[in-house]
Amino acid sequence: MNAGHPAELDTLFGDYPLDHAFDEMREPGGGVRPQYQALAETLARLPQEELQRRKQSADLSFLTQGITFTVYGRDEGTERIFPYDLLPRLITAQEWDRIERGLTQRITALNLFLRDVYSDAKILADKVIPRELVYSCKHYRRQMRGLQVPRNVYIAVVGSDLLRLNTGEFVVLEDNLRVPSGVSYMLTNRRVMKRTFPQLFSSYGVRPIERYPQLLLATLRSLAPEGRPEPNIVLLTPGVFNSAYFEHTYLARQMGIDLVEGRDLVTHDNVVYMRTTDGLKRVDVIYRRVDDDFSDPLIFRGDSSLGCSGLFNAYRAGNVTVSNAFGTGLADDKAVYAYVPRMIKYYLDEEAILPNVETYLLGEEKQRSHVLANLDKLVVKAVGESGGYGMLIGPHSTAQQREEFARAIQANPRNYIAQPTLDFSRAPCLIGNQLEPRHVDLRPYILFGDKVNIVPGGLTRVALEKGSLVVNSSQGGGSKDTWVLDK
Amino acid sequence: MLSRVADSLYWMSRYLERAENTVRQLDVTMSLMLDPGGASAETRWRRLMASLGKPPGMEWNGDLEAMAGKLVFDPVSHASVTFCLNGARENARQVREEISSEQWQRVNRLFHHIHAPNAQSQFAANINDSLASIIDGIHLFKGVSDTTMIHGQGWQFIRLGRYLERAYATATLLEVYQPDLFQVEEDDHAGYQYLELVGLLRCCTSFEAYCQVYTADLSPGRILEFLLLNQDFPHAIRYCVDGIREVIDSIQRSGGRRPPEELTAVIGRLHAMLGFTTIGEILSGDAGGFLHSIREQGMRIHELIYRYYVHYSIQSALAV
Repeated sequence: MNAGHPAELDTLFGDYPLDHAFDEMREPGGGVRPQYQALAETLARLPQEELQRRKQSADLSFLTQGITFTVYGRDEGTERIFPYDLLPRLITAQEWDRIERGLTQRITALNLFLRDVYSDAKILADKVIPRELVYSCKHYRRQMRGLQVPRNVYIAVVGSDLLRLNTGEFVVLEDNLRVPSGVSYMLTNRRVMKRTFPQLFSSYGVRPIERYPQLLLATLRSLAPEGRPEPNIVLLTPGVFNSAYFEHTYLARQMGIDLVEGRDLVTHDNVVYMRTTDGLKRVDVIYRRVDDDFSDPLIFRGDSSLGCSGLFNAYRAGNVTVSNAFGTGLADDKAVYAYVPRMIKYYLDEEAILPNVETYLLGEEKQRSHVLANLDKLVVKAVGESGGYGMLIGPHSTAQQREEFARAIQANPRNYIAQPTLDFSRAPCLIGNQLEPRHVDLRPYILFGDKVNIVPGGLTRVALEKGSLVVNSSQGGGSKDTWVLDK
Repeated sequence: MLSRVADSLYWMSRYLERAENTVRQLDVTMSLMLDPGGASAETRWRRLMASLGKPPGMEWNGDLEAMAGKLVFDPVSHASVTFCLNGARENARQVREEISSEQWQRVNRLFHHIHAPNAQSQFAANINDSLASIIDGIHLFKGVSDTTMIHGQGWQFIRLGRYLERAYATATLLEVYQPDLFQVEEDDHAGYQYLELVGLLRCCTSFEAYCQVYTADLSPGRILEFLLLNQDFPHAIRYCVDGIREVIDSIQRSGGRRPPEELTAVIGRLHAMLGFTTIGEILSGDAGGFLHSIREQGMRIHELIYRYYVHYSIQSALAV
C-alpha cells in the first residue's frame, strides 16, 4: 500500500488510523519516520508468534519480579502489575537536547521561585504573580518562611509531564515537585526491553539511564547538613499500603540505603535518629516519599501516624536534610503553573524553551464565564490534585458530571483551572496482533543537587484504552520504554 | 539493622516454626487415634490442645475431621495454621527489601496454598497429604533462607525466632506428656505404650535420631534425656539454647555496641542449667518444675530481646 513498507508491516498496521494528532512513528502521509525505520523493519521481520512470545516473556518477567502498584478505593485485588507495551518510544538526540535545556531552565526558575516566596517574596512585591494566588494555595506552608534550606535546593527530585502537540512540539503539562513516582518503572522497563529486543537495542545506540539510582544517591549526599561528611541517608516511606511501595523498596535496594517508616524514627534535641538493633543511629538525609501533611504530626496533620514527631524542628535546626523540602507543592499548583513562563522571564531573563499549555484561571471573572460556557470542550482540573483524580474531561463527560463541576467551580473558583482538550501525540502499541495508536505523554526525571541532572529518557505513559486521554497508572494507564538516541 | 525489620524477621520465623509444630503434632495425634488401645480421642485432643498452649475455641466436639479442619483453617484462632501463615507472610511483606526473592516466593506460595479456593475440600479428602505439603513448604523456606540470604543480622534474627519458638514448644510438649510418661504398665503386651512413646518422639521429628543414639529401646527417661539434653539434635532444647547463645553472640559482634548483659546472663544461666544437669538429677527431683522453668526462662529471653533490640527506651539508648 505505502511505498517503502514491506507487506508484513502493512498487515501489522491493519487499518491504523492517522489523523490530525501527531503520530510518534508515522508521518501524516503514512510513511514511517526515519528514526523508526529500524524498528519497523524488525517488526516486519518477526513472525507474529515470535512477537507474542516476546510479549509474554516480558509480562512474565514483570510478574515474577513483583513489579506492582496499588489501586486505591478497592477492597480486593489492590496489587496490580503495571501494564507495559512492547514497542519503545524513540526520541532523537535533537529533540532531547531541547527537552533537556527546557527542563533545566524550568526547574532552575521554579527553585528560585520557591526560595523567593519563602524568603523575601520579591516576585509578589513586583506583582508578577498575584499575592492572593500564592497565599491561597493549598500546598503553601507558612512554616517554611525564612527557613534556610541546604544549598537553597527545594526540589531535588522532579518528574515533569510533557506532551507533544500536533505541531510536533513538546509542551509541559505539569511539574511534579512533591513526591513524583514512576522512576522504578523507567528502570525496570529498560531492563526488560534489553532482554526482549537485544539486537535492535544495540543497533540503535540508546543513551543509558541505569545510573539514575547512583545519581539520586549523589544528589542526596550533596545536600547533607554541614559537617556530616559520611551522611546516613534513608528513604522514608508511608509503608506497605502506599501505591508506590514497590518503588520505595526498589530504590532503597538499588541505592543501598535503609527504607524507614515514620515509626522507625525518633527525634531528640532536634536530631533525628532511627531505631536499629545496635541502638539509635543518627539520620542526616531523608529522601521523603511521604506528603507534607503526614510528615510531622506536631507541625502538620496531628492525626497522622506516618511521619515522625519533631522532624520539622530538626529540619529547621539544620540537623537533617529533607528532600524534597516541605511546601514545594506550592509551585506545582495548577494555577501557579500558568505563571511559570513569567517566572522564567523574571528570574532568568529568558524566554521559556518548553511552552506551557494554555490555561484558564477560574478565579478571574471573564475566564470563568468562558470556561463555564464551554465545559464540554475543556479539561477541568482541581489545582492541588495529582494522579488523574479530581478531573473533568469535557468531550468525554456526561451532562450530569459537567453540572457537578460547574457547581464546584462556582463554589470555589480558586480550586480549579481549565485547559483546552489537547490532541497530544499517539504512539503505536501492540494490541492483540496489531499495532494501534494510543495517546502517550513523557515524564523525564530531573535531579537537582550540585547541578541539574536529567537521565536521558523517562517514563512514557500510555492511555491503553482506545481513545482515552488519561495516562495515570491509577486510571488504566500503562507504560513504554523510552529510548533517547545518541544521534 | 532497623529494629522494625529485626522484629518482622523474628516474627516471620516464629510463626513459620509454630505452624510447623502445630501441623506435626496434629498429624501424630491423628495417627495415634487410629489404634484402639490407650487413651480416648477426647483425651488425646485435650492433650494436643494443652501442648499447643490451650487455645480458646478449640474444645472437642466429637468430630475429629472437623476439629482438624478447624485447627488448620480457622481464620481467627491464634493457634490455627492459617493464622500463623498469615502472620508470617504479613511480616515478610513488610521487609520485602530485606529478604531474598526466593524466600518471599516460598512464603507467598504457602500463603496462597492454604488460601486456595479448594484447599479445604482437598484437606478433607486427604488430610495426611495436605499436612505433609504444608510442612514441605516450610522446610523449603528454611532451605532457601540458609542458601540465599546474607548470613548477617537479619539471618540471625530469623534463627533466633526459630530456636526460641522451638525450645518453647518442645518444653511445653514435654511438660504436658511428662506426668503420664512414667505410669508404665509392667508388661506392654499389645505395644500401645510403645506407640505412645513413638508418638512423642515423632512430635519432634526425633524418632529416627533417637534410635541412632539409643537404639529402638524406648524408655521414658532416655526420651526425656534426648529431647532435653542432647547437644547435636536440632529439636532438642539444649541444642536450641546453644543456638540462641550463638546468635546473640554474633549479633553482638556485628553490632559492636553495649553488651546486653542481662540478656547474656539469662541465656547463660539456661545454657548452664541444661549443660550441667544430668537426667538422673532431673528425674529424682521435680521434672515438671524443671520443664516449667525452661519455659519461663524462654519468655524472659523474649522480653529481654525486645528490651535490648526493639523496644528500648530512647533515654537508655542515648545514655551510651
